[in-house]
Amino acid sequence: MIEVSHVSRTFGTFRAVNDISFSIPTGEIVGLLGPNGAGKTTTMRMITGFLAATSGSIKIDGKDITADPVEAKQKIGYMPEAAPLYSDMIVDDYLRYVSQVQGVDPEEKVPHLCNICGLKEVMHKNISELSRGYRQRVGLAHALMNDPEILILDEPTSGLDPNQIGEVRNLIKEIGKTRTVIISTHILGEVEMLCNRVIIISQGKLAADSPTAQLRERYGHSLVLQITAGGCTSDELNAALKGIDGTDGVTAATAEQIPGEAKIASAIVSVKGTAEIRPAVFKLMVNHGWTLYELTPQRNSLEDVFRTLTTGENTPAEQKENAAVEASK
Amino acid sequence: MKRELAAYFTSPVAYIVTGLFLIFSGFMFFATFFISKRAELRNFFAMLPVMLSFFIPALTMRLFSEEKRSGSIETLMTLPVTDFEAVLGKFLAAFITSAAMLVPTLAYVITAAAFGSPDAGPIIGGYIGALFLCAAFSAIGLFASSITKNQIIAFFIAFAVCILLSLISMFLVVLPAPVVGFLSYFLADTHFTSISRGIIDTRDLLYFVSLTALFFGLTVKAEQNDRR
Repeated sequence: MIEVSHVSRTFGTFRAVNDISFSIPTGEIVGLLGPNGAGKTTTMRMITGFLAATSGSIKIDGKDITADPVEAKQKIGYMPEAAPLYSDMIVDDYLRYVSQVQGVDPEEKVPHLCNICGLKEVMHKNISELSRGYRQRVGLAHALMNDPEILILDEPTSGLDPNQIGEVRNLIKEIGKTRTVIISTHILGEVEMLCNRVIIISQGKLAADSPTAQLRERYGHSLVLQITAGGCTSDELNAALKGIDGTDGVTAATAEQIPGEAKIASAIVSVKGTAEIRPAVFKLMVNHGWTLYELTPQRNSLEDVFRTLTTGENTPAEQKENAAVEASK
Repeated sequence: MKRELAAYFTSPVAYIVTGLFLIFSGFMFFATFFISKRAELRNFFAMLPVMLSFFIPALTMRLFSEEKRSGSIETLMTLPVTDFEAVLGKFLAAFITSAAMLVPTLAYVITAAAFGSPDAGPIIGGYIGALFLCAAFSAIGLFASSITKNQIIAFFIAFAVCILLSLISMFLVVLPAPVVGFLSYFLADTHFTSISRGIIDTRDLLYFVSLTALFFGLTVKAEQNDRR
């Protein structure tokens, strides 16, 4: 559906996007992830035709975005970051304007979108008076006006309060069922929740491209355990844990003091692949006579993945893993 | 066509504000009328280029500048609209609004008719010329707006170009004769004066049309360049 082929974009001497390629089939919900300034927005702007690629090509459903811009753009619904709309217009008028540009019947479309996007209360308000959340919703209505096959949203939940974020995410889940969607974000949890594929961009380059479920396995640790034990020192705990088969790294953590316990230690253990080390940990505790207070799997390793890929800091284990993944490609 | 209308749609909303200008222009126009003591609109038309040099850039200054500043240009250009259509829509908005600004001046025609019997020819010619002038100045103002994010700068650039075209004749006295001949072709002033006398010379119309087309084309080019 969307073919991005060796695309680069230079602004003067600055290479914002450096030889990025990916292909998105119909119906996929893709999370475009990356630190601020990585090139996500620039990439989106090129896909939607707002900027021309300095080199490379972009095809939307077979139509080249620079050769057939109008036809290609008709398939896309796009909302830039912070939903820049015409502030001096009333929501109703604005949506009618968009419907006219898109060549669709306003009488049919505007009430329909008003319902889907929850805009009933603000239809007669001036866009400049709307809160951030409502602006984003108007932006979403704008993007959906022509019922596009492809929906591209640049940070759709940024600046929203938790309630609004939830609503927008539900909305995206719903409308994503029948469309191809690209969302750019730097909220990892959002990606996990909404997207079935993740593309990570860092410093203009493609850092990762994988199905969400496999992201950890491919680029990081699948599981991280937080272990708190009583009756031992931090060093003793770390040393003992390192000895377990299947651990990939042990780092000390701060332990909460527990009344009645003199010595308390906490550690975070990264687990290799899909190894299940919890029974071994339990037995370890028993053998040493330590009290096991906490054995919690932590699923925040997605942050590790993100950090690793975007700052270039790899642990030796990860470097080996990456090499193996590269070799097997 | 729908798209042009739609792109045009965005401007009138903002032009409610510029209704204020209509009031100003009304006062200014009227002031000169009674001084001439003749039942004609010649002075009015003579002053028109200068007046429009100020008011039309004021109308056009926000057309592209505001969009670039607020980021709504991105929302606009990712809709299935070509650069040409977007420019056309905004141009039509500026042109029609400036033409509308002239409509109340028909009151002067009525006033003149009440006081005497003015010739219809120069008046009709004058208004036709005025429309062409509006078109040309709108195109100039639009271009100025497309090259900067700052509305004030857009205004001054447009104002400078328009006023230059209108007033060069005043500065010409200091230039040698052959140059004068060459330059007077470029003057809106010269062309306009002849139209206001009721003479519709195709050369004059051509002048205005080519001026309009030139700046319109430059605006489209400027927008396309922004993509690169």
